Amino acid sequence: MTVTLERSVRQDPPADGPDPVDTPRTVGGRTRDDVFSLAGSAAGSLALTWLVFTIILGWTGRLGFVIVWFIVFAALYAAVTSWTNPRIAVVDRLASALVTAGAATVGIALASTVIFTVVNGIDALTHINFYTDDMAGVAPRDPLTQGGILHAIVGSFIMVGIATVVSLPLGVGTAIYITEVGSRGGKWVRTVVEAMIGLPDILAGLFVYVTLILALGTQRSGFAAGMALAIMMTPIIARSAEVQLRVVPGGLREAGLALGATRWRTVKGIVVPTAKAGLATALILGIARAVGETAPVLITSGASTFLNFNPLSEPMNSLPLFILFALRSGQPVYIERGFGAAVVLLGIVLALFVMARMLAKNRMSR
Amino acid sequence: MTVIDIESRMAEPVDDEPRAIDPGLSREDKIFHGSVRSIGFFVLIVFGSIGVFLGYQSIPTFSHYGFSFLTETQWNPELDQVGIAAVIVGTFQVALVAIVVSLPLALLTALYISEYAPQRLKSSLVSLVDLMAAIPSIVYGAWGFAFLQEHAKYVARWLSQYLGWIPFFSVDTDPNAALWAQTQFTASAFIAGLAVAMMTIPMACAVMRGVFAQAPVGEREAAVALGATRWGVIRSVVLPFGRGGIIGGSMLGLGRALGETIAVLLIISPAYDIKWSVVEVGTQTTSSLIAGLFGEATSFQLSALLTAGFVLFIITLVVNMIAAVFVGRSRSGSITEA
Repeated sequence: MTVTLERSVRQDPPADGPDPVDTPRTVGGRTRDDVFSLAGSAAGSLALTWLVFTIILGWTGRLGFVIVWFIVFAALYAAVTSWTNPRIAVVDRLASALVTAGAATVGIALASTVIFTVVNGIDALTHINFYTDDMAGVAPRDPLTQGGILHAIVGSFIMVGIATVVSLPLGVGTAIYITEVGSRGGKWVRTVVEAMIGLPDILAGLFVYVTLILALGTQRSGFAAGMALAIMMTPIIARSAEVQLRVVPGGLREAGLALGATRWRTVKGIVVPTAKAGLATALILGIARAVGETAPVLITSGASTFLNFNPLSEPMNSLPLFILFALRSGQPVYIERGFGAAVVLLGIVLALFVMARMLAKNRMSR
Repeated sequence: MTVIDIESRMAEPVDDEPRAIDPGLSREDKIFHGSVRSIGFFVLIVFGSIGVFLGYQSIPTFSHYGFSFLTETQWNPELDQVGIAAVIVGTFQVALVAIVVSLPLALLTALYISEYAPQRLKSSLVSLVDLMAAIPSIVYGAWGFAFLQEHAKYVARWLSQYLGWIPFFSVDTDPNAALWAQTQFTASAFIAGLAVAMMTIPMACAVMRGVFAQAPVGEREAAVALGATRWGVIRSVVLPFGRGGIIGGSMLGLGRALGETIAVLLIISPAYDIKWSVVEVGTQTTSSLIAGLFGEATSFQLSALLTAGFVLFIITLVVNMIAAVFVGRSRSGSITEA
């Protein structure tokens, strides 16, 4: 049975008066004063800076010009604002100009990094053989129609694969130990893991170089490089996996235990599946970090020019190492190859990053 | 036929034994705990042994050179003159340039994202900062080496022209000459520091933004209700609340900057003397020293390099621990109570 409680609440407007249209007032936004003082100060300061910086003082350098322009702009903007506004508004406007400029500087620097890399590498990227050949028998001065970076791509994948196989169980196991078993030992492990995240990358390589290569007498190889990368990756995965496991609600664990499941079954059947997307994100970000690490690879793998699928013998090249040697070669064509490889590396990192984002987003919406 | 003789059992009194509430672990769980614990301790031992190992390896170096290893500037294994004084100074110069540049930029970017950016852009900007952190250091190194250097040398020259009386910016050449010695202003700690700043900005920015986002809404609204401008809210609520995050984020960035290898190796030209000037050509840092020299090192020279690595390890460990204290404190929200 439904009872209708609806009642006409709304009062009809008087028939004779015009219907008042409610237009909501916009909160915030810019007034005309805001816009004009901003644009005027920008234009005025540009002209003034050009006059003083370039013509009168005769200074050079684009970076310096922009810095001086901003300082002049800030002064002009403050002066213009103070005609019509109290001091508080002047400070507020200056602060927002400064904050926006700071963020823009970082954005421009980031954009210039990406654009500069792509522009320099584009020539190498348009050749098919760049992806299908290695550098065996290719001289540094040879044109871009010869040779490629297949060996470096393959090497990177093999090394990161080895590092993942080693560090995933270690990292996730450590995280499970810290969150699910805990006790005093867990605190110790956690402290060491946190400290090792900040370990300079070169030291991981050095450690593997001295223990694995010098002490055990093995060659520089893809396996050694994979081990060095695993030392970098394990703490990263352990820490982010620990964060993901810790946010699994305690109620879920207790429900599992109350139903009579053992702790192992609770972890396997409830905790890990709940945190699965988060763990995958942690893994992907760890991989993205490892694939770009140069210093450990430089010490442990050795640079080769030929395709090598065997991680246990013969040196194995990788993308970051190829880029390093190409840039230091001093040969324009070789440097171009280096930038091409840098674009490929950037593309891999970006793809991994987007994958991690999508996984995280799915989890949010679930 | 089995008939339980109830009477007789009732007759003899049985001692009541309280059952243990915690029955202990089942066999399955014992295996689980045991294996997970052994993984944890394995990681503990491996990573703990890195520090112990570096310390152990540096004993021969310290016993040979003694204290002079820390005060000698030259790295001349042929002349038996090996020390890390200049290298440590160079390491800190590069890191300090990076921090001086990246601290304000990271702070402003974090403020922009948390306070100024339009709501719909916020999550993309956060992703962009994370992506910036994910870009490999070799890419920043290439950018600094081939792009930034061309522009930054004019800034370096300007600094030495007008601020040359400060020892940090003095260069042993005439910056005012019509044909000024451009190479004197390249490959310096200043330019390496700028490239390293690109790596420390996203780290520091992410920490700062996280802390700013946690600034209590009630106090923000109170400030707005009292008539504060946007800057007023930042100054009176966001910045005091986020102080721990600002310090912690900068220290994390410093830890990264001290250990950065490849970007520095690409940009600087090695020089082993202690000098004040950061804009003049030539410097050396600990990690790029190791990366540059480990290949042709004899076992004794390798021990010296490992000792340098050990010193770097101790420095970064201390810096990171201080950072962890500040970041942890600001995240637990203890500052609001104060």
